[in-house]
Amino acid sequence: MDEKKTQETNQELDRRAFFVKLGLGSLSIATAGTAVFGYQFLSPNVLYEPSPVINAGKPESYPIDSVTLDVNSGIYIIRAKEGFFSLSAVCTHLGCLTAWKPELGIIACPCHGSKFRQSGEKIEGPAPKPLPWKRMWISDDGDLMVDRSADISPMQYVRI
Amino acid sequence: MEKTVNNYFDDLRNSRVWRSIFRSGTGASTLHRSLAIQQNVFLHLFSTKVRRRMLGFSATWYLGTVTFGTFLLLVSTGILLMLYYHPSVPQAYSDTKDLQFVVSSGLFLRNLHRWSAHAMVFLVFAHMFKVFYRGAYRPPREFNWVIGIILLLITLLLSYTGYLLPWDQLAYWAITVGSNIASAVPVVGNRIHFLLLGGNAVNANALLRFYVLHCMILPLTAIFFIAIHFWRIRKDGGLYAHQSEPPESRARALAARGVR
Repeated sequence: MDEKKTQETNQELDRRAFFVKLGLGSLSIATAGTAVFGYQFLSPNVLYEPSPVINAGKPESYPIDSVTLDVNSGIYIIRAKEGFFSLSAVCTHLGCLTAWKPELGIIACPCHGSKFRQSGEKIEGPAPKPLPWKRMWISDDGDLMVDRSADISPMQYVRI
Repeated sequence: MEKTVNNYFDDLRNSRVWRSIFRSGTGASTLHRSLAIQQNVFLHLFSTKVRRRMLGFSATWYLGTVTFGTFLLLVSTGILLMLYYHPSVPQAYSDTKDLQFVVSSGLFLRNLHRWSAHAMVFLVFAHMFKVFYRGAYRPPREFNWVIGIILLLITLLLSYTGYLLPWDQLAYWAITVGSNIASAVPVVGNRIHFLLLGGNAVNANALLRFYVLHCMILPLTAIFFIAIHFWRIRKDGGLYAHQSEPPESRARALAARGVR
């Protein structure tokens, strides 16, 4: 009689432990699911940001040895003797917009004083990397096009 | 007998309506005064009894209280500013200018909000220095110090998110730089940057996110932790007074200072 009762109690405890585990398990799954949903909700799927591809106009409008900053798109259109190229104007340090200093012949960042050559090479300052070159090509209509989302290795000039 | 002003107050406090709101009733007895604290939803966070000395200026310089005062000032002025401010790219900057030049008392409210924000950051640090140099962070108050650190971070985040809202050049570049610092976190830095701004650059989504953080999420979190912070003062044995510490922690404090 006593033995049977102990057995029953054990079974009872096992059942309780099972349901506790089931409950905790479902709660953990629900928590993990909520975290995933939360992350997905917070990252927008559609962005209403400007296109990364820029039409920079006719090549003839840029004089030889000129550096032109497009403030809205954050790129330089540079016409060197070797040809055209485009450089990101966004400082590689913390994302400020750099400026071309014609009197010094360098690109300088107003925020923390990084300095770059016309070719994007770093001269000094907290910036860890040179300014990247951006992919540039001539469209069918003869316009200069720049893809801001595509970095290329330096010294790939566009010749006309 | 002629009635004095105090008699009228006593009549008011003994009226049925008053007694239904404040149940402790009148009286100068210790019991009545204890009940007045204990039975008030806001005051019951604090100790029922406090040493008179601890309420003097020199004990705390009232730094925590004044910090909380600036917080209340910021909440009330902030809610009023929200009535004229639209967190959208075409309107945010001009709304800020309208508050300065068009809205009655708008300039006063905006400046009060701004100066209180600066004062709150300063006072939080002052409060923490005072607590640190008095040694009031030591056990049994160590957890309240941790709550204080959380409140410091919330204060700084409130300051930072509020900085973007005027949507001027200073705000735009400060948030560009600040959010790029977040992307320096190893591995997940760029994801944090993306989630914080709701995009790749400081734009309409970023403005709205910072607005929601500044006006809803961060203030509510602050109120939650402020409540714990105040309640823990009572639970951890009241305001720190060296003379009334338990003997063992006094001995530990003296040993730490090299005193026998």
